[in-house]
Amino acid sequence: MKKYGAVTALDGLDLDVPGGTVLGLLGPNGAGKTTAVSILTTLTQPDAGSATVAGVDVMSDPRQVRSRIGLSGQYAAVDEHLTATENLEMIGRLYGMPRREARRRGLELLEQFRLTEAADRPLKTFSGGMRRRIDLAGALVADPPVLFLDEPTTGLDPRSRGELWETIRDRVRGGTTVLLTTQYLEEADQLADEIVVIDHGRAIAKGTAEELKRRVGGEHLDVHVSGVDNVRKAESILAAVAIGPLRVHADDGEVSAPVSNGVEALSTVLRALEAEHILIKDIGLRRPTLDDVFMELTGHEASTGAAS
Amino acid sequence: MSLLRDATTIAHRNMIRIRRVPDVMVFVVVQPLMFVLLFAYVFGGSIDIPGGNYREFLIAGIFTQTVVFGATFTGSGLAEDMQKGLINRFRSLPMARSAVVAGRTISDVVYNALSIVVMSVAGLAVGWRIRGSILDAIVAYGLLLFFSYAFSWVMACIGLMVPTPEVVNNATFVILFPMTFIANTFVPSDSLPGVLKTIAEWNPVSTLTHAVRVRFGNIPAGTPEPTAWPLQNAMLYSLGFAVVLIVVFAPIATRLYQRTSK
Ligand SMILES: Nc1ncnc2c1ncn2[C@@H]1O[C@H](COP(=O)(O)OP(=O)(O)OP(=O)(O)O)[C@@H](O)[C@H]1O
Ligand SMILES: [Mg+2]
Repeated sequence: MKKYGAVTALDGLDLDVPGGTVLGLLGPNGAGKTTAVSILTTLTQPDAGSATVAGVDVMSDPRQVRSRIGLSGQYAAVDEHLTATENLEMIGRLYGMPRREARRRGLELLEQFRLTEAADRPLKTFSGGMRRRIDLAGALVADPPVLFLDEPTTGLDPRSRGELWETIRDRVRGGTTVLLTTQYLEEADQLADEIVVIDHGRAIAKGTAEELKRRVGGEHLDVHVSGVDNVRKAESILAAVAIGPLRVHADDGEVSAPVSNGVEALSTVLRALEAEHILIKDIGLRRPTLDDVFMELTGHEASTGAAS
Repeated sequence: MSLLRDATTIAHRNMIRIRRVPDVMVFVVVQPLMFVLLFAYVFGGSIDIPGGNYREFLIAGIFTQTVVFGATFTGSGLAEDMQKGLINRFRSLPMARSAVVAGRTISDVVYNALSIVVMSVAGLAVGWRIRGSILDAIVAYGLLLFFSYAFSWVMACIGLMVPTPEVVNNATFVILFPMTFIANTFVPSDSLPGVLKTIAEWNPVSTLTHAVRVRFGNIPAGTPEPTAWPLQNAMLYSLGFAVVLIVVFAPIATRLYQRTSK
């Protein structure tokens, strides 16, 4: 548990990540993701509770924990006046690596992150995404067995994002354990073996992406109409067949509802819409996505997924 | 030892900055040079001190003032690292607890050594001379660097407590200007009125300046021996003061570093 004054940032969160797997920590802004990462990486002490990382207690032996983890925080923490190579070499040295090895490893990572050309420029000339990648490379320099990545792909372009995913998968194949926080449901879907959804500092659901999707239940019925009035009418029609909260994008004219018997609901809704003379731009059934899971569990929308 | 290695890594990182950050260059090289020249030519001729050469008297004062202000780098550097999130990055690494602050204080010594070289050359050019032995001069330089090193730990505490580097600069100016002016840095403390004279006599900046002046042989002939105890034992008093600063502030700075989270 962790409190900041009157705010309870973490409230009885319990996580367990088997070695060599990826845990995705999913949650809206202020859910407590960063707080959880801070405690596990020894940056903050919990007010109550305990945690072990790579078999080491974070409270009683933080130094040991630090030697086994790599952290890339939510905001890139790099020295702007140092070049990319110098930054990585410094971090490697601080992990206790010999200078040459730190340098060699730094260059290798720069190559992997396609930053070789910029290797000898001070970071203040780098774009936000480039800094972000240097920060991530910093977490990887010493090949630590456990990685903490706090929203690692925020601010990366799609290509860099895909490459980072590949890098992470590669590490995991090599036995690395990863705790990843994200707001991109697609990212959790792509990378995580297990997903824990948290809100208000509490785990509200856990399971594989598939399990979570199943939990939200059967199918979703999406209706696409135009005009604010029609959206409102569609909403009330869908509400009659829905088994959970509706999702409405009034601007786009989209209304979506979880339903139990898809085909039956579809024909009911079609008839009702026709009776009201509402022009249907599109209507369809689909399997739930993690977006639906998020919506259902937290009661609010996640930020839009990476590829959408 | 890992503290030494980690602190050296951090110090090395700070040294790289001197070439890349113009502010550092200005503060370390240009400003001290300017002070020597300004004081030598603007005040050097206008202030008389009995039996001596004011320029020569002044140099030790400028040295002291510069190294004391030089300690500010530790504070503003740490505040900047904190603001940029670097302190958190360091805190997640398996490094010695006090290495980040220690690295800062070490690089300050290097900055200060550079400033002193620049000022010494400029001083020699405007007529300052070392009139004591070489050994005495080495002791004087060593004392200056050691004192400023100790003072860096005080600045480190300030740097780790405030939100931005600007606050460090403002806070230190408020403290350091009186400290370096209510002293014998630019005028003999005898010429100060009442209470200020007593403050100046017990001010470690005065004792440091006095000790350095004595070692350089820059005390004008015929100057009466100081009557205040700290000035009579300037070397001892300055050294003791520096040791106390380290003993008190190094543990505080290390704690602040560990606790700090942003
Ligand atoms: N240093 C702090 N001081 C006071 N409150 C804090 C502090 N850090 C976090 N909080 C509070 O704790 C709660 C959880 O914050 P946290 O940063 O862990 O959320 P998050 O899930 O990482 O959110 P985001 O997606 O926006 O990064 C929030 O209500 C936040 O306001
Ligand atoms: Mg966060």
